[in-house]
This record gives sequence, C-alpha cells and structure tokens, in this order.
Amino acid sequence: MAENGIGVSVRRKEDNRFLIGKGRYTDDINVAGQTYAAFVRSPHAHATINGIDKSAAEASVGVIAVFTGDDLAADGIGPLICGVTVPSDDGEPHRAPAHPALAQGKVNYVGDHVAVVIAETQAQAREGAEKVGVDYTALPAVTDTGSAADDGQPQIHDVAPNNMCYNWPFGDKDAVEAAFASAHKVSTLDLVNNRMVTNPMEPRAALAEYNAGTEEITLHLTTQNPHVHRLVMSAFNQLAPEHKLRIVSPDVGGGFGAKIFVYAEELVVGWSCRKVNRPVKWTGDRTEAFLADAHGRDHVATAEMALDENGKFLAMRVMTKANLGAYLSTFATMVPSYLYAFLFAGQYTTPLIYSEVKTVFTNTAPVDASRGAGRPEATYLLERLVDVAAADMGLEPAEIRRRNFIPKDAFPYQTPVVQCYDSGDYETALDKALALADYDGFAARAEEAKSRGLRRGIGLSSYVEACGIAPSAAVGQLGAGVGLWESAQVRFNPTGNVQVFTGTHSHGQGHETTFAQLVTEQLGVPIENIEVIHGDTAKTQFGMGTYGSRSLAVGGVAIAKACEKLIAKGKKIAAHALEAAEGDIEFADGNFTIAGTDKAMNIAEVAFNAYVPHSYPEGLEPGFDENAFFDPMNFSFPAGTHICEVEVDPETGVVEIVKYSAVDDFGKLINPMIVEGQVHGGIVHGIGQALLEVCRYDSEGQLITATYMDYAMPRADNVPSFDVDYAPTDPPHNPLGVKGCGEAGAIGAPPAVINAITNALGVKHIDMPATPENVWRAAQGAA
Amino acid sequence: MEMNFEHRIAASREQVWTALNDTDILKAAITGCSSMEATGENSFKAQITAKVGPVKAKFTFDIALSDIDPPNGYTITAEGQGGAAGFAKGGATVSLREDGAETILAYSAKANVGGKLAQLGARLIDGAAQKMANEFFVKFSELAADPSSIAVDQSVPEKESGIPAWAWLVGLLALTVLSLLSFG
Repeated sequence: MAENGIGVSVRRKEDNRFLIGKGRYTDDINVAGQTYAAFVRSPHAHATINGIDKSAAEASVGVIAVFTGDDLAADGIGPLICGVTVPSDDGEPHRAPAHPALAQGKVNYVGDHVAVVIAETQAQAREGAEKVGVDYTALPAVTDTGSAADDGQPQIHDVAPNNMCYNWPFGDKDAVEAAFASAHKVSTLDLVNNRMVTNPMEPRAALAEYNAGTEEITLHLTTQNPHVHRLVMSAFNQLAPEHKLRIVSPDVGGGFGAKIFVYAEELVVGWSCRKVNRPVKWTGDRTEAFLADAHGRDHVATAEMALDENGKFLAMRVMTKANLGAYLSTFATMVPSYLYAFLFAGQYTTPLIYSEVKTVFTNTAPVDASRGAGRPEATYLLERLVDVAAADMGLEPAEIRRRNFIPKDAFPYQTPVVQCYDSGDYETALDKALALADYDGFAARAEEAKSRGLRRGIGLSSYVEACGIAPSAAVGQLGAGVGLWESAQVRFNPTGNVQVFTGTHSHGQGHETTFAQLVTEQLGVPIENIEVIHGDTAKTQFGMGTYGSRSLAVGGVAIAKACEKLIAKGKKIAAHALEAAEGDIEFADGNFTIAGTDKAMNIAEVAFNAYVPHSYPEGLEPGFDENAFFDPMNFSFPAGTHICEVEVDPETGVVEIVKYSAVDDFGKLINPMIVEGQVHGGIVHGIGQALLEVCRYDSEGQLITATYMDYAMPRADNVPSFDVDYAPTDPPHNPLGVKGCGEAGAIGAPPAVINAITNALGVKHIDMPATPENVWRAAQGAA
Repeated sequence: MEMNFEHRIAASREQVWTALNDTDILKAAITGCSSMEATGENSFKAQITAKVGPVKAKFTFDIALSDIDPPNGYTITAEGQGGAAGFAKGGATVSLREDGAETILAYSAKANVGGKLAQLGARLIDGAAQKMANEFFVKFSELAADPSSIAVDQSVPEKESGIPAWAWLVGLLALTVLSLLSFG
C-alpha cells in the first residue's frame, strides 16, 4: 500500500484553503464593470399576468435594464428542459408543459420568475425589482399531492389535463393480484414521504461575462455538473454555441442534488450579460433558495405486501402519487419512476412487484432529485411496510428480514424490477449491525427507560440503493437523453508532478483527496505532487458531473484507466531510455525497472524524458498525458442495515435518538475517514427528514416554511454519536471494487428512525416528520 | 382561516360613533396609517405601513363595503398590495352594539397573506397583528373618551365639515385590515 494510497484516512487536501478562508465560491468572484441582477418573483401561486409596467423600475437609480419573458422569447432563449422521458399508461410520453425562464403571461408558483432587473449595485437591483409593477389576476391554486389530479381541481397547464404528468404502471399486475388473492396475509400501509427543501449551505449564484471580442460567454455557476449545464444551455436553451460557452463551477458549498439542475436564474444571467454588455452577477438569498431551488420527495403512497404463512414475501403492490411541482425540472420525471420503483425489491426475494406512479403538477416549486432521489422514498416505504408485516405476522423485525433476504450466493441477483444487483451479503451486515447496536440488550434498556418514564424503541432499516449513476446503455433504454459515463485526464508535467482532470465535481465530497489517493496508489507519485482539477469546462474534458453517488464508482475508475494508459506508455519510454525491450519493463511503486536488474527509472524521470524526446524513434509519441472514459456495465448497489434506538417522552412527544448504528457495504474504501463523514452526513440528513423537516404550502399555495424559524434543519443536538462499521463485498463489474457512499445514510436512516418510534409507542405508523406534536398525538392515541 | 374578535370600548356608543367619525382620531389610533380616502361609493384606499418581523412595507389597501346596515354592520372585502412584501386579502363582517354605558365592537374576519409576508412572517404575524390591534384599541379608547387629547398634525389638511356616512366605517375597516394581517 502506498503511504497515502487506497485505504488510508488521508486528511483532506482541500481543507487547508477552506480552513484559512481561501475557498473561492462564485459570490467571492468579482470582475471589473460587474452589474447585479435581482429577480422579480411571483407572490401568487397561480395567476395570469395582465401586464408588466417596467417604467418605474427603469427610472430607478442605478438600474441598467429590466427584462421580461418577452425579451427572452424575442432572442429565442429557452425554455428550460426536462431530460428524461417517462411513458404514460395512455401510450404517450409524459406531459411536458413549456417552462419559460421568465414567465410568459402566467405564473405557476410563488417564487416563479417574472422579470429581472440589472443594476449597478445589488441594492439598486433589488430596489428596482420592487418597483416593477406586475398586474396579476390571481387564480385558484392546487397544492395537495394526493388530490391534485382529482376532478374539479384548478388546472395549471393546458397540455396536462387533470394536472397529470404521467401515470406509469410497472410490473405484472395480474400475477401480483393472483398472489395477493391466495396470500396467507396481506399487510397494508398508507404513508406520506414529506417534502423537503434541500438546503445546501451556499445559496445558488451566477456570474456571467461576455467578451465581445471572442464572442464567448463565461458563466461561473454553483453547479454540480458544469458540462451538463454547458450542453443543455447550448443545445437546448440557445444561450451560445458550446465552444463559445465556458462554465466554471468553483468551490461550491454543498449541492445534495439541488445544484444539478439548469435553473432559470442561471440562464437569464448568462443571457443578460450579452444584452447589457457588462458582467452580471446574481447571488440568491436564503428565501430565494427556499422558494426556487428544486425541492425533494413529496409522495403519498399505499403499499401492500402479500405474505405466506412463514412470513415470506410473495408479492408487493405500491400505488404512489408524486408531486412534480409547477414545471418539470431537469431530471424530475426520472426520480419518482426509475429511481424509485426499481428499488422496491430492496434486499428481499419478493418475486412479484407491481406499482403505479401518478405524477402531478401543482402550484409549488419544481420537485427533483435531492440526496438519494427516489431511493429514500422507496426504502422508506419498503422498510416501513416490512415492519408492519412483521407485526402482522408476529415476527421479530430482524427475523422477517432474515427470512426474506437475497442469499449471498445468489449474486448477481436479478430482481423483478429491472435492477440486477452486483454483489451483497445482507445477512452479514444485519448480524454486524445487531451486534454493534447490542440488539439483544435492548429489552433491558427499554425496561430501565420505563423507570424514567420514557418509552424506548428500536428500529431496523435494511436498505439497498442503486447509485454510481451510469451506465449509459441502461439509462438510455430508460429514456435518458444523455449517456452517463465519466472521463478523466491524468497529465504529468515535465517536472514530474501530476494534474488530474475529472469530469466529476466536488462540492464537499473530498474528491481532491480521494482521487489523489487513487493516483498515488497506482503511479507511486507522492500525494502532495498530485493536483485534482475539476469544475471548469475550459480546463477539463467533457464529463457528467457529480450526483447519484457516482464520482468514485464511475469517475474514479476513469482516473484509474488513464493511469493504466500512462503506465503502458511509461514502459515504452523507459524501454527506450534504458535500452531494453518493452516486454522486460516492470512497473511498481513508481519505478519502471528492467526485470531482474536494478536498472530503473522513476516515473518522474520518465515524465521528463517524455517531454524532452530528443532521440525518440518513429512511433513513440512524446508527452505523458492520457485520457480515459469509463462507462460501467451496471449501477453500483450499496446496501446495509441501520439500527436506530430512541427514547420517547410520552408527556412531551420529544424523541431523543440515543444510539445509532450503521453497517454498510460500500465495497472497497479509498479514504475511510471521508467515507465515515459521508455516512454521518447522510444519516443526519435522514434524521432531519424523519424528525424535523417538512416543506409546507398552504391551500393558497403560499410557502409558509421559508425560513429556518419555520423549517427545522437537524443540528448537532438532534443526533447522537454514530457507531459506523462496514460489511464490504466486491462488486464484480467495478474495476476498483468500489460502490457509492454519499447518499446511503439519507436512504437508510428515515425508516430506521420511524421504525424505532413506532416500536417505542406500539403504534402501526407515524408520518414524518415525527415532531413532538405528531409523536405526542400518536402517544396519546396509543395510550 | 378565520378570526373572531370582540373588543369592549369604555365609551358610550355615541362617543364611539363620534370618534369613529373623526379621521384625525383614526389616523392617530392606527399605527402606521398615513392616509385614507374614498375612491368611489363604498370603496376606499388606505395606506398603512406595517412591520411584521423582518418585513416592513407600506400596504395600499383597496377596500369595498357591501351589505351596509348602519349602524349595525357591514361586509368588507379588502386587498392590500405591499409591493415586494407581498399581499393581504380577505373579508370580514363588522358590527357595533351597545352594552350598558359601553360599546362592543365585533368582527369576524377571513384572510390570506401572500409573498414575502407569508414566507418570512408566517409565524410572527399573529403576534404582530395582535400588537397592532391592541395599540389601536388602547389609543382609540383613550381618544374616544377624550378627543381633546389628540395631538393633531397641523400639516394635515383639516377634514371637511359634514363627514360622509362612510367615514365611521373606515375606522372599523381599518381594524379589519389589521385583522387581515393576522392570517397566513
């Protein structure tokens, strides 16, 4: 093992600049002549625009220009697109209403973009925005996920009758019905998956510059995927030709999915810099993040499990209504369909699964991927249903899971819902988690808690998720408009240090360290001589960005493949320089050696040689710089068991998480410290959803949880110290043997927490978030 | 959402009636009220600067009265635009009745707020409206009992003699406007 190679908890290289205040975020960047944009947003959830009076704003001090949807349309910019097609049960593709970046005669949610004001200062832009007179006629709004498609509801889009986007059935309905008809027992659960605001710490921002000399737009953005932005803005939004559009995503303060998408503000700022021929900056404030970042989750579902007399799962049926908001965000259609219903097998051998997903438009912000994206919704539903089934069968929750696990010798395992799991050993993870949680000692702890007037509960969640979002062949068949491979370029400089260009993007994940560890392991270059570069379309080759826990499992492998190419070329160079046959050159620990001799060249010497090729023979190219692309054959399927233990005060409804144990299979760990940090963060995210967070619109479509006083984020005192361990397996299709770890906690935690609370209270179900009020009410009902 | 409210004013109905006919008193009693004017028969425009938590804005209320039944009550509908702060809209029924030597003012209101007011002020707005209403009643009760205590702003033009019949209603609707702010 290299000193700082695979498996070492190397301290994060990038943290130095963050700790000394030298991080460089989009809003930190200022350019000469910069102007500021402020958006006029709809205060109405649903309204027609009768007219927009720009005159007072245009006359306002410092205002340079006021633009509306008409100006965008006149220049042929937009509309925003959704990149994944999902078929509806009527044989038509999903309904895709026009999504103008600035409203065209109608607004469809509070925060919808009506106009933009460009001014000399941010304050002047905001003041100007307040002076734009918009004459609205308010329309009735529809906000409720469960009833949005009912007859008689207000209609949002002409192209989407009954506010339906698609109704997507999947599975063998008749076979599932037959299995239910002959089942020993049927367990049923109605549940809500609470709507979340993703809330990265850094709000979105954009800084656009137009160079009239080169006709190039440079757009600094808070994006998780700069090349995807460039592609969409160029090919679909007509912002600029791809070679005249540079997207730079510098340090980004968290994304969690919310910064994947191409947003109206980004497109409008990119366009307006050319209109005013000055740089334009927009920095969203926290309220704008609540209003206009894509939200997550928001399902209403009924789940049923058919069981035989031994508690084996015979069939599962799920009916889901999912809220997509007012318009389709970039990947909105795929989240409650392919990323959701294809996970319903979970860790179990359930042979038959049928589901229907009805997606609806409402007068709320667009809903799209948020940490986990579909998999948390699937896992919550399944793992809650399994606990209900265990209670119905009189089985212990761990036991019913064990009876239904896919056995470890059955991998690769083809589920009835498309996915073919790569590798897994679910029982080992369960056993390790039970030991870590001292599951056997729970009864005594519960008894002791009772003496303090508290009800103690324990809950399991045995999840599996599909991440490493690729493979192109699979996502293409599913309707994705892009392939999802990843790229890397590993370049030696003549003096022997290394620049690694990745098409992924780090916004907190620690890629600059993890990827450098891959390179030092493989090439033997000291880690301090390796720089990882990402986030600038002018520097890095095309890539697909970071989301779906894909960066290591896909992007990391591309880096490894580029390193392999360097080693192969290095052998040629060393053979030439050492006057040996190429076949006699061996590479290990950074040295090219003639086998069986002590004649060797360090890889840095090879690099120098490659750039000073005075005597190279024909056929040996100078340079030491290789590109690689990797398109995996399958997703990556992390899995594990999380166990949550809570104490509930029945008098106040306050839930305290007293113990949380997680055992995950992420394959091989490159940097265990970073992985553990990702696990912690994911679990906290999941605990936030389970206990605290919910995004609420009132019946008029007003967002009433738009501040941190009204929307509760998890804080340090809401979570315990976590006990984390691993039960790795080796995924055969991944050359590095790695899986993804960034979302697992957010996927595994919510059902573990709720299962613990229902266990403590002795109730069948409690919806998230389990706030003190909700828990107190449930406790009163159960008493 | 609904709110029902009654307030006892320690003054005779005659005194309350008189005070409600005095726009100086009303303006003095309503925190942040800078103008009230008729825009037509039974319709008015009122400007009130309201502060709810972090949101401070001047609201222009368009108000219409219907079902007028002097002196027993009426129905009011109002829509207030606060520019970037958002809007408030709703309706209320208002009534006055005598109770011995005192007067009871009652209203029943339904309202919604929107935009920034709903986003930032939702949890603060009940308290803010309650505070504004309390301030109004304290001041108004004092002024109704002793109109001479008012500090008249001389820059404001003297009110015309012969107060129109809608004027006393304006006072009541100002209260209703306050109540409109109490819903999100």
